[in-house]
Amino acid sequence: MKYLCLVYLEASKLHAVADGECMACGDGLRKSGMLLAAEPLHPVETATTVRIRNGTLTVTDGPFAETKEQLAGFYLIDARDLNDAIQVAAKIPPAREGSIEVRPVRELQP
Amino acid sequence: MAAVEPIHEIVDAVYVAESRRVLATLIRLLGDFDTAEEALHDAFRAALEQWPREGVPKNPRSWLVSAGRFKAIDGLRRQSRFDQLDEAGAAAEIAVAPDAWTDEETVEDDRLRLVFTCCHPALAADAQVALTLREVCGLRTEEIAQAFLAPAPTLAQRIVRAKAKIRDARIPYQVPSREELPQRLDTVLRVIYLVFNEGYTASSGSVVTRHDLSAEAIRLGRLLVDLLPEPEAIGLLALMLLHDSRRAARATPEGDLILLEDQDRSLWNRDQIAEGVRLVRRALASGPGAYAIQAAIAALHAEAPSTAGTDWAEIVGLYDMLLQANPSPVIELNRAVALAMRDGPAAGLALIDAILDRGDLHDYRLAHAARAELCRRLGQIADARTSFERALTLTRQEPERRFLEKRISSLSMAEG
Repeated sequence: MKYLCLVYLEASKLHAVADGECMACGDGLRKSGMLLAAEPLHPVETATTVRIRNGTLTVTDGPFAETKEQLAGFYLIDARDLNDAIQVAAKIPPAREGSIEVRPVRELQP
Repeated sequence: MAAVEPIHEIVDAVYVAESRRVLATLIRLLGDFDTAEEALHDAFRAALEQWPREGVPKNPRSWLVSAGRFKAIDGLRRQSRFDQLDEAGAAAEIAVAPDAWTDEETVEDDRLRLVFTCCHPALAADAQVALTLREVCGLRTEEIAQAFLAPAPTLAQRIVRAKAKIRDARIPYQVPSREELPQRLDTVLRVIYLVFNEGYTASSGSVVTRHDLSAEAIRLGRLLVDLLPEPEAIGLLALMLLHDSRRAARATPEGDLILLEDQDRSLWNRDQIAEGVRLVRRALASGPGAYAIQAAIAALHAEAPSTAGTDWAEIVGLYDMLLQANPSPVIELNRAVALAMRDGPAAGLALIDAILDRGDLHDYRLAHAARAELCRRLGQIADARTSFERALTLTRQEPERRFLEKRISSLSMAEG
């Protein structure tokens, strides 16, 4: 089953974990066959929000929600169950600095 | 020769004795809570129909599991959803004799799987409690709602959401591994103790104790000790039994609170105390955990002939141990009260004031009530009044309110 592990960090901690450590984590997961994709993100100030309302496209700066922590990256993993996914999330280095949200991936119903 | 019981009485008795075990096993076999619950009801319906004709089976549990499983798979097949089950796995299981699903060890493991799944830390704390009472204890949603003074639809919603999360996030139906066990067991123990305390010192409402919840928690505690005799599980069971032993002495027939020092100790339940003390010894033999230490404190109270005859020095020492294992301002407060009994009210008051000055227990009614009591003993009547009044504004429980009001009016008499 697929889980998306969303990495949340405060702005001041976006670089608290060295890139090298994150690369090593990704490499380890890839070798174990559990990693489907993982990417870090630029800070939230670079984000653009896109919406279609009444057929009209609106584009705005940043996300609207005012939260202390922002989405800093993600790992898409394949795990046996939630316990297995929690074990993986616990090994993602930014878990020490911010938090990891573990979300089960839903199958689209045709 | 024993009289032949009507069949529905036999089925009722089997339901009480076996329904939770059958459910726990069906959840494993069917992989889903809702399907398993439906299967459980179908199985008992089938028993009511077939047992009068065919006689009561030799192993009713096994029969019910097989019947429930058959009905569920049949139902899924008819809804042409059978492919959702693991067909290869299902076929393999059909080949095995049904007794292999229901031998003692597997069934007890299933019960433990159910406990750990209902108390999974990925579920919200109030959902853990509701789900445990519903699935492990077999309480109806309305009964849980009544016990927690919550609307039934709120409780039902909580249970539905928790089951949806178990299914959608795939929370596994497992007993945790050795490494995970201490942390996972903590969650289970917390849920059980929360249920106990909700019954013992109802946080709101008009009765001091809601006995059913405490009894349910003690039953759960016993089940856990039977299934998994870890020292802290034993410690928690001891703690609950020792607290519960004072039930009959804690309130007047009118529902007014009676302080420990004023309780009629002949009303304490000696059998529960004896069992609690035995369990404390057993728990402490494997090293002092937080529940075992609290149980040891409760045991000292339970075995003391009077407040004056209580070993307060030993109790203060146990609180010191507890603070090391589990630092918390509430435990500091309890230690301060015990210390006041050992060294006099002034020493205890100084400690309570220090805790309150830190702001930690600013809104905790019992901190203000304890402060008031010590001020009263020291003759500081105005201070006592202020603190009792503060406690009064913080309590949500009717008997506590009456108790505090009485305390305040007795201060007026002391002033003359």
